[in-house]
Amino acid sequence: MLETSLLIAFSFVALALLLAFIRLLKGPDVPDRILALDTLYINAIALLVLLGIYFHSALYFEAALLIAVMGFVGTIGLSKYLLRGDIME
Amino acid sequence: MSVFFNKLFPHPILTLALWGVWLLLNNTVGAGHIVLGLILAISIPFLTSGFWPEKNRIRAPFALLQYVGVVLWDILVANMAVAKLILGRNKDLRPGFFYVDLDIQTPIGISLLANTISLTPGTVSCDLTEDRSRLLVHALHIEDIPAAVKEIKERYEAPLNKIFTAC
Amino acid sequence: MFEWILSALILIGAFFTLVGSIGLYKLPDFFMRLHGPTKATTLGVGALLIASALYFSFNTDQISLHEVLITIFLFITAPVSAHLMAKAAIHIKLKQVKRTQNSIE
Repeated sequence: MLETSLLIAFSFVALALLLAFIRLLKGPDVPDRILALDTLYINAIALLVLLGIYFHSALYFEAALLIAVMGFVGTIGLSKYLLRGDIME
Repeated sequence: MSVFFNKLFPHPILTLALWGVWLLLNNTVGAGHIVLGLILAISIPFLTSGFWPEKNRIRAPFALLQYVGVVLWDILVANMAVAKLILGRNKDLRPGFFYVDLDIQTPIGISLLANTISLTPGTVSCDLTEDRSRLLVHALHIEDIPAAVKEIKERYEAPLNKIFTAC
Repeated sequence: MFEWILSALILIGAFFTLVGSIGLYKLPDFFMRLHGPTKATTLGVGALLIASALYFSFNTDQISLHEVLITIFLFITAPVSAHLMAKAAIHIKLKQVKRTQNSIE
């Protein structure tokens, strides 16, 4: 039961990663790509949590926490760069 | 006594939060970690109090709990609604921007309100005007803008205004 | 019984994660795309983390609550990053769909 639902969940999250990746490649603008990266890291957290349950290991938690922190800092840094560093006028 | 208390715990809420995070991070309630966490939770706010000039006091803790409950429930309902909108046809969506005039003045109140708006029914807070008086909100699908503004003000802003007042 | 609850939480979480990414993929402009990930993924990952906390609490000899930390962290950070991305998009005058009401110049 748990095994089956985990496998279904894996395929859902993998599809979600794929869709976010297509958006990352397609763009069309810089904020779209930042948003795609943001979604990618949240999906990666979901995948790691599922792997932790699947392999019955608590080790994946640390990786998920680190990705959450670093992903947030990355998104904020990129958005701040757009707000301050880009000259469009 | 109370002066001594304020010196030792400049930010009681921060102290409690740090203690809780330390225990959660280590995933134990062993005696050693309780003591070590308590030492860190007291010394960090004490040493860094110079960087945190403004103080926040929660006026009504029970109202805050009730508010958190309401927001969690709304997140659940909002997610169903947004999922339905996303899986529906793109042509049916009517996105829009609108401004919410703010009554709250405290920075923490405004940031909590903006966070709440971003987490609930198909709305994302986009910008705050320089004088902190209006919040720009984008909605995924909106038909009646004044009703949406009224709901945000009544459901989220009024309780927040009651919980955090300037002191 | 316990396995049923766990499976339901995992499937709900994975479903909402997928819906968030579908929104990111198919919606027509940036401001609309912003809605998918910020909401659907917070609930999706939240449900998965609750499932993980339940699983490790009942299948090992100690209670495991540190997953709650990631949940709280995501609930605090997701709106902040959405706000900043929207602000940046308005700043560089990104195009909005024609039917947007009161669109910002």
